[in-house]
Amino acid sequence: MNIITIERKVLEKNDEIALQIRNKLKSNKIFTINVVSSPGSGKTSILERTIESLKSKINFAVIEGDVQTNFDAERVKKYNVPVVQIVTNGGCHLDAKLVKDALDKIKLKGIKFLVIENVGNLVCPAGYDLGEDYKVVVLSTTEGDDKPLKYPKMFINSSVLIINKIDLLPYVNCRIKELRENALKINPSLKIFETSCTTGEGIEEWCNWVMMNIIK
Amino acid sequence: MHELSISQNIIEILKENVPEEDYGNVKMVILEIGELSGIVADSLQFCFDVIKIETPFQNAEMKITNISFKLYCNTCKSETTNAMGIRLCGKCGGSDTNIVSGTEMRIAEVELNS
Repeated sequence: MNIITIERKVLEKNDEIALQIRNKLKSNKIFTINVVSSPGSGKTSILERTIESLKSKINFAVIEGDVQTNFDAERVKKYNVPVVQIVTNGGCHLDAKLVKDALDKIKLKGIKFLVIENVGNLVCPAGYDLGEDYKVVVLSTTEGDDKPLKYPKMFINSSVLIINKIDLLPYVNCRIKELRENALKINPSLKIFETSCTTGEGIEEWCNWVMMNIIK
Repeated sequence: MHELSISQNIIEILKENVPEEDYGNVKMVILEIGELSGIVADSLQFCFDVIKIETPFQNAEMKITNISFKLYCNTCKSETTNAMGIRLCGKCGGSDTNIVSGTEMRIAEVELNS
């Protein structure tokens, strides 16, 4: 029998493009995060709060990924921030090619912080490198404290966890201590923030972390 | 549920690695899929079978080898496993571990009709 050895990663094309993006962003001194979560956890709200806090200090650019509509891009546009909306038309995640094309539409000069808001999905976006510095996973208290154990890959591949909607803790069945422990069992090096976009709690701490990572 | 786009990637990799005259002779594509890769093997199999019809690889079957989740503990220097994705050493419980396997998604080899 004739056998051809291949030994290639199935997503190597994506990873090659992601490397090109990473090099391009690095040479432009842009710090980039890829924000992932289930739908409705508050990714866009955290982004809005972050822009409000840091807009006077650094220039942002935003890439929004959604299955349909440009609602999120419209929300971000209000802040006069360059934003490109990617509509995946049913696709469950952003891939590096989509981000590369979106990036071509943004003037990178002067930009310090790029936020890629992925499609709301706690499974598929985990496997796709988009050339970011860090994946930031958002989990809201309404989703429950067991999610890191149920969707481990996202938490393995993320560097930061934002626990959002902490103002709702008195009303929901989410034990924050267990949530943190579960997340750290999956990824002991996760950096964890607790935020509420309604009360503003924790936003300053998160923004300080962003500023620490901005490339001078 | 991105097994369809994964299948498309597999077809592309086959086109690049198999000599064109052998496209129709590809009998078996052997994949190595880690249990933490996020891929559902049955679903990938189904998507590949749907997508291959429109390609020169319509005679190809897919065989998936599952790769189990393994950890190396930097503290007690042992290789263990733990429940899905939990990064604590199965022996000493330490958290300073590296993932040895279980996240991969690789095309290992293809078998041709001779």
